[in-house]
Amino acid sequence: MGWFKRLSEGIQTSTTQKKEAPDGLWQQCRGCGKTNTVKELSNNYLKCPDCNHHVRIGSFDYFNLLFDGRYKELFKSIFSYNFLDFEDVKSYDERLESANEKTTLNDALTVAIGKIKRKPIIIAAMDFAFIGGSMGSVVGEKISQAVDYAIKNKTPLMIISKSGGARMMESAFSLMQMAKTSVKLAELSREGIPYFSFLTDPTTGGVTASFAMLGDLNFAEPNALIGFAGPRVIKETIKKDLPEGFQRSEFLLEHGFLDFIVDRQELKDKIGDLLHFFSKS
Amino acid sequence: MVFLEFEEPIEKLYGQLEKIMDVADQGEIDVQDKISEIESKIRNKRKEIYAGLNGWQKVQLSRHPERPYTLYYINQICKSFTEIHGDRYFGDDKAIVGGLGKIDGQSVVILGHQKGVNTKMRQYRNFGMANPEGYRKALRLMKLAEKFDLPVICLIDTPGAFPGIEAEERGQAEAIARNLVEMAQLKVPIICYIIGEGASGGAIGIGLGDRVYMLEFTWYSVISPESCSSILWRNWDHKAEAAEQLKLTSEDMLGFGLIDGVISEPNGGAHSNPEKMAKLLKKQIKKDIAELSEVTVKKRIDTRLKKYNSMGRFKTK
Repeated sequence: MGWFKRLSEGIQTSTTQKKEAPDGLWQQCRGCGKTNTVKELSNNYLKCPDCNHHVRIGSFDYFNLLFDGRYKELFKSIFSYNFLDFEDVKSYDERLESANEKTTLNDALTVAIGKIKRKPIIIAAMDFAFIGGSMGSVVGEKISQAVDYAIKNKTPLMIISKSGGARMMESAFSLMQMAKTSVKLAELSREGIPYFSFLTDPTTGGVTASFAMLGDLNFAEPNALIGFAGPRVIKETIKKDLPEGFQRSEFLLEHGFLDFIVDRQELKDKIGDLLHFFSKS
Repeated sequence: MVFLEFEEPIEKLYGQLEKIMDVADQGEIDVQDKISEIESKIRNKRKEIYAGLNGWQKVQLSRHPERPYTLYYINQICKSFTEIHGDRYFGDDKAIVGGLGKIDGQSVVILGHQKGVNTKMRQYRNFGMANPEGYRKALRLMKLAEKFDLPVICLIDTPGAFPGIEAEERGQAEAIARNLVEMAQLKVPIICYIIGEGASGGAIGIGLGDRVYMLEFTWYSVISPESCSSILWRNWDHKAEAAEQLKLTSEDMLGFGLIDGVISEPNGGAHSNPEKMAKLLKKQIKKDIAELSEVTVKKRIDTRLKKYNSMGRFKTK
C-alpha cells in the first residue's frame, strides 16, 4: 500500500499552464545522463561535474579556454562551394548552407593566433557541428596557410582535431587533403617548429590518418574516440562485438600512439608548459 | 571468360563464335569467313561498349576477377625480381607485396597492393586490404630505395585499408599518416600507378608521388561507391548514382588535375590482353624514370610539395 492515492487518472495540467525550459539552459550529459545547467558546465571547463565527461565543444570554446585573453582569427575568407555539383539526398550547397546557418562558421576548421602563458601559438581547431567536422579543400587550405604562417613567424602550431574524416562531397579532392596537410607538416618539421596534435572526441578517418597522428607530440582528451575506421564499420566487417574501451584515448595511450592524455581543466597549463619548454628565449 | 552485365552483347557474339567453332571441328564446311566476321563484330562491339562506359561500369571493370594484379605486372615488367618480406616490427602483410626488380637493366624498388587470384588466395591476400604492417613494409622498402638511390614504383589496387581490431591496435592511421609525410620528402623518384581500385586512405598510403597515373578503367576516390551510398542514402542501392556523383574515373581525375595521366587499356580492358597492358605500363614506367632521374633531388621534392599543396578548390571573399 502506498501512502498516497491517485484521485483522478491522467495528467491534469493543461498545456497552457506548462512551462518551457529555454533551450541552452540545461544540457544532459552524454556520459552519465545527468542534467547540468550550462552555467555549471562552463564553471567546470565544459565537463560534467559528476562523471567528468568532456562535452563536445567548438573551436571558439577552445580559443576562449586556452588563449590569454585576446586572439585573432586568421584566414577567415576561405569558403567551400559545390565545385563537383555533388548531390545525394541533398546538394552539397544545401549542406554547406545549413551547416553555416546552424554554426555561423565558414567551414569545419578555424585558425587563430594568440598567446598561452605569454607565449605565441597558432591554433587550428575543428568543429564537429560543421558537416561532422569533415575535411575538404577549405580545411586543407587553412592548415596549409597556418603552416606557412607558423614558419614565417616561427610560432608553434597546434591542431585540435575533431572530425569524422574526409568530406565525401569533395570526393578525391578531400582525399588529397590528406596528402596536402602531410606535405605541409613535413615542411614545418624541416624548419624545426613544434607541432602539437591534440585529438578530441571524435577523431577518425582521413584526419587521423594524416595530420592528427603526425604531431611532435600527440595528446588527447580523456575517453575520446580515436581511430582510422569507425567502430560501426569494424563491427560490420569482423562481425564481432568490439572490446570495452576500444579506440578510446586510453586504448591508444596503451598501444603507444599517444604521448599523454590531458584533462580539459589542465589543458592550458600543459600547453603553456610545452610552449615554455620548446621556446628558445 | 567472365562477362559483366553490360558486356551481354559481347557474350552473345562469343556464344555464336563457339557454335561455329563446333561446326568447324566437324570439318565438313569451311567457316573461316564466318569466324572472321564474328571476331570483327566482337572487336567493334567491344570498342562501342567500352567507349561509353559510365562510372559504375568502370568500377566493375576495375574489380574484374580476371584483371591482372600487382605481381602479374611485376613479373611481366621485371627481368628479375626478389620479393622481400616483413616490416621488421610485427610481421609480413600479404596484402602489400614488394621487392627489388630490374627493368631492362634499371634497378627499381617496386611494390603494390596484391589481391588473390582465387578464393583461397583472396583470403590469403585479405582481398588487397592492408594492415599497418603492410604500410610499414612499404615504407621500409622506400627507405631502402632512398639509401641506394633507386626509383620507387607503387602499384595501387585496394578496396581500402583493412578495418579490423588488430589494425587499430597497431595503428592503421599512424602507419598511413607516416607514409604520407615520409613520401612527401623521399629523396628518390616515386611514381604511382593505379592499376585497379584506388580506395581512399588505403590507396593514398602508398600513393603520394612525383607522378600519379591511372589505368583507363580504374577509379580513385575518398570512399567506395557502396560505402558512400550507405552513408549518404542510408542503403546500398544507390551505388551507381554514388559512383557518378563521386566523379571517380580516370578521365575525371585527369580533368581535375589530381593525376598526371591516364594509360589507355587494350580494347576490352586490361584483362582482355594482360600482356599488352603490361607492355604499355612498362613503357610508361621507363619513360617516367628517365624523365624524373634528370631532375635534381631538391627540385624534385620542391615540385612534389608544390603539386600537393595546390590541390583543393575553394573560394575567397
